[in-house]
Amino acid sequence: MIHTERLTKTFNVNKKLAPFTAVDGLTIDVQEGEVFGFLGPNGAGKTTTMRMLTSLIGITTGKAVVNGFEVGKDDQKIRQTVGILTETPGMYDRLSAEMNLSIYARLYGVQNPSAVVEKYLRMLNLWDRREDEVGEFSKGMRQKLAIARALLHEPRVLFLDEPTSGLDPEASHLVRDFISELKTEGRTIFLCTHNLDEADRLCDRIAIFKTHLITVDTPEALRKLLFGRRVAFHLKNVRDQFAVLVRSMPFVKDARIIDDTLVVGLDHPEDENPQIIRSLVEAGAEVQFVGELRHSLEDVYLQLIQEQRS
Amino acid sequence: MINFDRVRTMIQKEWAEMFKNRVVLFTVVLMPVLFTALPIIMLSVMGSSTTTSAASASDIPAQFARTCGNMNASDCMQVYLVNEFLLLYLIMPVMIPITIAAYSIVGEKATHSLEPLLATPITTEELLLGKGLAAVIPAVVATIGAFAIFLIVLPLTGASAGVRQYIAGPTWLLAILLVGPLMSIAAVNFAIFVSSRTTDPRVAEQVSAILILPVLLVLFSQIAGVITINVPSVLIASVVLIAADIALVMLGSRLFQRETILTRWK
Repeated sequence: MIHTERLTKTFNVNKKLAPFTAVDGLTIDVQEGEVFGFLGPNGAGKTTTMRMLTSLIGITTGKAVVNGFEVGKDDQKIRQTVGILTETPGMYDRLSAEMNLSIYARLYGVQNPSAVVEKYLRMLNLWDRREDEVGEFSKGMRQKLAIARALLHEPRVLFLDEPTSGLDPEASHLVRDFISELKTEGRTIFLCTHNLDEADRLCDRIAIFKTHLITVDTPEALRKLLFGRRVAFHLKNVRDQFAVLVRSMPFVKDARIIDDTLVVGLDHPEDENPQIIRSLVEAGAEVQFVGELRHSLEDVYLQLIQEQRS
Repeated sequence: MINFDRVRTMIQKEWAEMFKNRVVLFTVVLMPVLFTALPIIMLSVMGSSTTTSAASASDIPAQFARTCGNMNASDCMQVYLVNEFLLLYLIMPVMIPITIAAYSIVGEKATHSLEPLLATPITTEELLLGKGLAAVIPAVVATIGAFAIFLIVLPLTGASAGVRQYIAGPTWLLAILLVGPLMSIAAVNFAIFVSSRTTDPRVAEQVSAILILPVLLVLFSQIAGVITINVPSVLIASVVLIAADIALVMLGSRLFQRETILTRWK
């Protein structure tokens, strides 16, 4: 659905200065129906990438194909077939919610715009406020309206830039639920976000990006790549000898006692846990419960960005 | 290929916003009312006075006196004075679109609504045409409407038949129906040009208002007797304005580059 090949964007800020590279040789493939997270620090070039992929700005070198259309050649078709939620909703504050959506429905050439506008206003629980000026809306309501605006023409590819930025937890939850619903409809979603928890919950794959692509994979694969898999064995009577015993097993990568818990590094805990539990019980340990330790996506992100800096 | 549905949508959107903006609405309504009332009051005062016009007839520049043809001195003086008000009707098609365009373009930039708008299939030509017409149409309608009211009220002011005939004649009609719209087009495109360098609608409006200077220059030149506003001078002004409009439309379109707007308009 979205394919880029050595996508590069430079800006000539000043005639005296060398061109500034915002995006450098980005190559990614986003599959149909996938939620693709695009993470990176401020100024990494995420918004520039999104603007290139939605034909809002041109490409310096490289190639990008979105929904079968090439950026720079089929810009009009790209704009017609993708939906975009910009970082700032940018609604017309003096106009009503209904008028705001109606304008965009007509600009997108939607058949029967009033019915489509009604459908989305009802879906997002804004129908009762349809005649109110958007300037009176809360941030969460404006964001919902902006998402509805991006969906009016039923795009198969959606670009969402910081969809929950500045929203309170309840509004964020609502927006996230709505994105999850869109995912179930099989739409391809390109999600730029700073909210790593959100990316972890919503994205099938994530790219970590800072001017150039650092890595791209599923959140689980990235955790595994950076930290391996670790299992915590909670024992009633934890002793050093249990750690020594577990460490002596050939498939165990590492075993340590941390806060009265035996933490073991494993490649395939599904197969190896029963053997460890058996050995521990035979050695007199009382196993209370066992669970896999999960690193947060934030740990992964920080690790990768730090590696990148060093 | 221009999609006129999208242009119409842009115009409707601009007008919907305009009627909710008191500053813009005030300019669009107040200016025609004021500029229509002024010449009516002046003519009423002159019509009731029998001595002023004749006494000042010698003050009419010789060049203008030729324009009066067979009129008596009193009528010629009235025409000379009323002719200055023609310039008010040329200030209207400049000031009204500048106010609208300044708010519609810089305002859109300030509220960040330009990016989602540019992400739609609307082309730059459709966008500029929609915004341009949304600013030009009210200005032209207000000017022509104000002039029509002036013509209807004119007989009640005591203005002579010669004066009425002159005001409803080719000089005024050409100026209002041809020069006015051409000036509106120039004003809108100039406002777009200024918008690319400013962030505040009020600054854009004030800077764009510089376009009134040529109108004022014509006014003072006529008072000084340097030029006379008549059919040939109106036609020459039209030709100059057509050239200026073409240049400003090209400049406006050139400056309205999507990428520049999104990445550099701060």
